Amino acid sequence: MSGVRVLVGTRKGAFILTADGKRKDWDVSGPHFPGWEIYHVNGSPADPNRIYASQSSGWFGQVMQCSDDGGATWNTVGNEFAYRGQTGTHQWYDGTPHPWEFKRVWHLEPSIDDPDTVYAGVEDAALFKSTDGGATWGELNGLRDHRTGSKWQPGAGGMCLHTILLDPVNRDRIFVAISAAGAFRSDDGGTTWKPINRGLNSEYIPDPNAEVGHCVHRIAMHPSRPEVLFMQKHWDVLRSDDAGDNWREVSGNLPSDFGFPVAVHAHEPETIYVVPIKSDSEHYPPDGKLRVYRSRSGGNEWEALTNGLPQENCYVNVLRDAFAVDRLDQCGVYFGTTGGQVYCSPDGGDHWEPIVRDLPAVLSVEVQTLA
Amino acid sequence: MNVRVVLPSPLRAIARVDGELQFDVAAPVTIAAVLDAVEARHPQLRGTIRDQQSGKRRAFIRFFACEQDLSHDPTDAPLPDEVARGEEPLLVVGAIAGG
Repeated sequence: MSGVRVLVGTRKGAFILTADGKRKDWDVSGPHFPGWEIYHVNGSPADPNRIYASQSSGWFGQVMQCSDDGGATWNTVGNEFAYRGQTGTHQWYDGTPHPWEFKRVWHLEPSIDDPDTVYAGVEDAALFKSTDGGATWGELNGLRDHRTGSKWQPGAGGMCLHTILLDPVNRDRIFVAISAAGAFRSDDGGTTWKPINRGLNSEYIPDPNAEVGHCVHRIAMHPSRPEVLFMQKHWDVLRSDDAGDNWREVSGNLPSDFGFPVAVHAHEPETIYVVPIKSDSEHYPPDGKLRVYRSRSGGNEWEALTNGLPQENCYVNVLRDAFAVDRLDQCGVYFGTTGGQVYCSPDGGDHWEPIVRDLPAVLSVEVQTLA
Repeated sequence: MNVRVVLPSPLRAIARVDGELQFDVAAPVTIAAVLDAVEARHPQLRGTIRDQQSGKRRAFIRFFACEQDLSHDPTDAPLPDEVARGEEPLLVVGAIAGG
């Protein structure tokens, strides 16, 4: 019987949660890399036994891990992320130029068809690629060298490249998102890049419609329709129907349009999910009620999904990489919270149950659908 | 010279070693030479103690030996004779710095 493997990164280690297709009874493995911050764990679509993990700490820096047996055992791989060419400067919080400094890997995106090829989004914002299973990493520096690079500046969480979307149809097309620079697209495999932020309106920056400077929290696509993108910005939920060239707001009736993740149902390209958060200063759900919001119309009309989620006294956050969907016939939806819970809905969001309740703060959730 | 090195436990886990380590280091025995030996045998530790490009000590790493803090000494300065002779270990320490 088919099943799922949920890859959870937390502030103090990684956990792997497995279940059969019913997604009712779970086996919990971990902590892997105990005590370390695990920003992201992600598996190869081409070989689900190949999993990459980003392991970091304030003391010992960045370590990269790779597994070839579905996370049972791990091997340390290369961790040298050297910016290519002139490092240059970006804007610091006070507006002064600040040299690019590597801090950590936020997001790992394995190639669609080659287990040895994987992309890494890092802080300070840059995109790296490995074609040898993580042994060595080379920067795709056309992104950082974009003429707007000197204007990028960090958000509260640092200047991170946190989202990488690989177009499954046009294999030369890559989307990335950076806080706080915005969204970017490459149509030549990562060599050159253009900002794709037209239609974004950010009242917290001097020019609300600037080419760059927007705090994009996450973008998502459905693989069958890669020209349609959904975005959770610092404030506002948006969509684009032309691969990011133009965006329009679809926040509609959400109780708050601030939030971090956005995701698309595995089988319904117009069904999308967000988790509204009260505000940028109050990082918890409105009214203490943990509600996932689902739109079946690609935005604007949203319904609250609450069955099985705490509806009082809940003040957790759901971070940008901590929401995922599986590809089983009945699409499963998963998210992790800063309170250490990982929730699963095996029916597209109608009913939720916690898989685990007491992990360290969850930084990331990915799910692998196993044959 | 047979130099003794004590790594912090998170780095022992990365390197998959237990307890104190010993390295044959040619004179002059310096912090840089000892770290070269550590990283040659355990390449997975590259970048965890000092920056891979600049060689600069990571901010929350400290080097102690013979009850002295050697963290701010030049990394090419000779270590105390007791360390070079293997009578005292070089301690690589993760600083006490919160959570």
